[in-house]
Amino acid sequence: MQKIGVFVCWCGSNIAATVDVQAVSDALAREPGVVFSTNYQYMCSQAGQDMIQEKIRELGLTGVVVCSCSPRMHEATFRKACEKAGLNPYMVEIANIREQCSWIHKDKLSGTEKAVLLGKAAVAKVHLNTPLTAGESPVTKRALVIGGGIAGIQTALDIAEAGFPVDIVEKKPTIGGKMTQIDKTFPTLDCAACILTPKMVDAAQNENINILSYSEVEAVKGFVGNFTVTIRRKARFVDETKCTGCGLCTEKCPQKKVPNEFNLGLDTRRAIYIPFAQAVPKAAAIDPNYCTMLKTGKCGVCSKVCTVGAIDYQQKDELLEREYGAIVAATGFEPISMDKFDEFAYSQSPDVVTSLEFERLMNAAGPTGGTLLRPSDGTHPHTLVFVQCVGSRCDGGEKGKPYCSKICCMYTAKHAMLTREKYPDTEVYVFYIDVRTPGKNFDEFYRRAVEEYGVHYVKGMVGKVVPENGKLKVQASDLLGGQQLHIDADMVVLAAAVEPDKSARPLATMLTASMDTNDFFTEAHPKLRPVESPTAGVFLSGACQGPKDIPETVAQAGAAAAKVIGLLSKDRLTCNPCVARSDELMCNGCSACEKVCPYGAITYIDKEFRGPNRTTLLRRVAQVNPAVCQGCGACTVACPSGAMDLQGFSNAQIMAEVDAICK
Amino acid sequence: MNHMTEIVTRISGVNPRKCMKCGKCTAACPAYDEMDYHPHQFVDMVETGRLEELMNSRGIYMCLSCFACLERCPRSVEPAKLIEAVRLAVVRQQGRNHLKPEQIPALLDPDLPQQAITSAFRKYRK
Repeated sequence: MQKIGVFVCWCGSNIAATVDVQAVSDALAREPGVVFSTNYQYMCSQAGQDMIQEKIRELGLTGVVVCSCSPRMHEATFRKACEKAGLNPYMVEIANIREQCSWIHKDKLSGTEKAVLLGKAAVAKVHLNTPLTAGESPVTKRALVIGGGIAGIQTALDIAEAGFPVDIVEKKPTIGGKMTQIDKTFPTLDCAACILTPKMVDAAQNENINILSYSEVEAVKGFVGNFTVTIRRKARFVDETKCTGCGLCTEKCPQKKVPNEFNLGLDTRRAIYIPFAQAVPKAAAIDPNYCTMLKTGKCGVCSKVCTVGAIDYQQKDELLEREYGAIVAATGFEPISMDKFDEFAYSQSPDVVTSLEFERLMNAAGPTGGTLLRPSDGTHPHTLVFVQCVGSRCDGGEKGKPYCSKICCMYTAKHAMLTREKYPDTEVYVFYIDVRTPGKNFDEFYRRAVEEYGVHYVKGMVGKVVPENGKLKVQASDLLGGQQLHIDADMVVLAAAVEPDKSARPLATMLTASMDTNDFFTEAHPKLRPVESPTAGVFLSGACQGPKDIPETVAQAGAAAAKVIGLLSKDRLTCNPCVARSDELMCNGCSACEKVCPYGAITYIDKEFRGPNRTTLLRRVAQVNPAVCQGCGACTVACPSGAMDLQGFSNAQIMAEVDAICK
Repeated sequence: MNHMTEIVTRISGVNPRKCMKCGKCTAACPAYDEMDYHPHQFVDMVETGRLEELMNSRGIYMCLSCFACLERCPRSVEPAKLIEAVRLAVVRQQGRNHLKPEQIPALLDPDLPQQAITSAFRKYRK
């Protein structure tokens, strides 16, 4: 018989206001095996923990039940406290009487009743608990960063700085991400390329960083400290090690009509291309969808002009398999498609552009060489209308996103300001719902656009845009002025909402990392663990976790790197001992568990058993690798013979809990 | 919530509290110049309980039921439905209709959406 101590926490008034804690500790005191039962204001405080330890020593408790908050909060605290007093930490059970009782019940009576039941269930379980010892697993001291934008680059640089090797996997032929397409950065207006490209070069030159550009993650296996990742290196048909980036091939390629994705399709590039001048790695890639040689076998101009023989039309996709201790998701964002916003005439007029397209139209490396010209006729626009919140803060289901995209207020202020500065003959209107500029020097920046640069900020939305005789007829509301405005604009710029990159969802599935309804990665705790995924060993960096500007992204990237460094600097990790175990004598070798195991933790071996009359039998039985098993319990449900059981959560323990509740 | 607000929100099935006051409805409205109150103001007046003013306004009969506001509202507030509900509340309050049922078939345009037909008849001879 166990000697069990019950400790009921008030959690200040969090529990005590809705649950009669005295009644709970009194009721549990009458349960079999309970030798001590009390309640206390804050069980998690040092005094509370001391009390538990004192009672373990004084009464020789063999099991402890703490009725308190969710085990996600303080299970570790109480386990550690009990371990210090000499009790095996897995002899501690938590009854969650806060989240599951006081916080959801208004009525004290029903709250108390449920708290007593949960307490009884925990006591019943402790009776069947056995001391468990956690094993250890090694840590592969290398990190993988998925995504080579500013978030991924910064994370990789910081991890490399600490001396650990890092691989960056980037799906595009160059690293740099969205920031390469941005012209100037708010609120200081320094050139994005000027501050980004040195970091790209740093990453390329760092001995600890290995850039796998034009590559994608194909599969992820393993667990924290021991991931095995399959990476597809897409064929770029150019030998990256030979190519000098001279660019001769990109000038001679006869296929000139390929939409240039770097300039968002506003101009064209060749079928063999280097995305932009400062690309890292500075190596060409052939676009197989447009290359005449790859499609018809006739051409070969690039291979003829290449002086180093880097072109290889026979190149195939390669699959790499590598080991990592930690994985950082830094997959970034995309502006949403404007297809569903026909009222702004995006599909009808080339002069209606998104903000990212506007960045390219203002950029010296853009399609117009940095002179702002209308895409339709190449003339200088005089009246510009900026529309904010296009697709952000929408409640209409599929049409838009329910969240604020966070960066649009600032970049729109930047666009408006730059337009007025470069072209003082323009009239610039910004239609806003709210101007949201929290951030260091952000509101000052927006006010400068209004006060110094004379940008017309109008509270209200644009209702429709109609292209007519080379103009864009804008109908909008001026809510503060109480009028409907009709503006003949030359260009309309839409601040499109941002959404996570399309690759994030399949990646999250591979990583078993959770996502929210908008496909942003979920953090382990929204306040206290903002750069970790709930999946151990997976970390989050940048806009894949939520809309973010560059300063915030860089800060988060550094934070994620710090967490990775913390993990990689350990030699061994303590495993969770609550893993599956197979009873070999009961196992019938059916393989059901092997099929359902999502972690590949179960293997089958042929084992000799002693049979009657000194014979030996060779039987096929399941074996669990405790380092790989995550304790999900799928195998225990699938096993038809009842041979599989989860340590710490055995079938007998669960049934005892159910019995205690249903008695 | 005041009594009339409750009636109007119940008839329309619209929650005016979802409005974030962006004014896109008013920006899209083709009947703007004819109205004394405009779509975003309708929503606000329903929410704040200023229904008497709204029910006495000519603006509610100027709404074409073109549904541009409903189509473009980013918050699914659907002002056109609110306006229709206000018109209905007026009719119900007065206890009389401006049109006899037997007059309707001759005036029907089968290409119009159902609510536009209903609201057109509601406005008829008003």
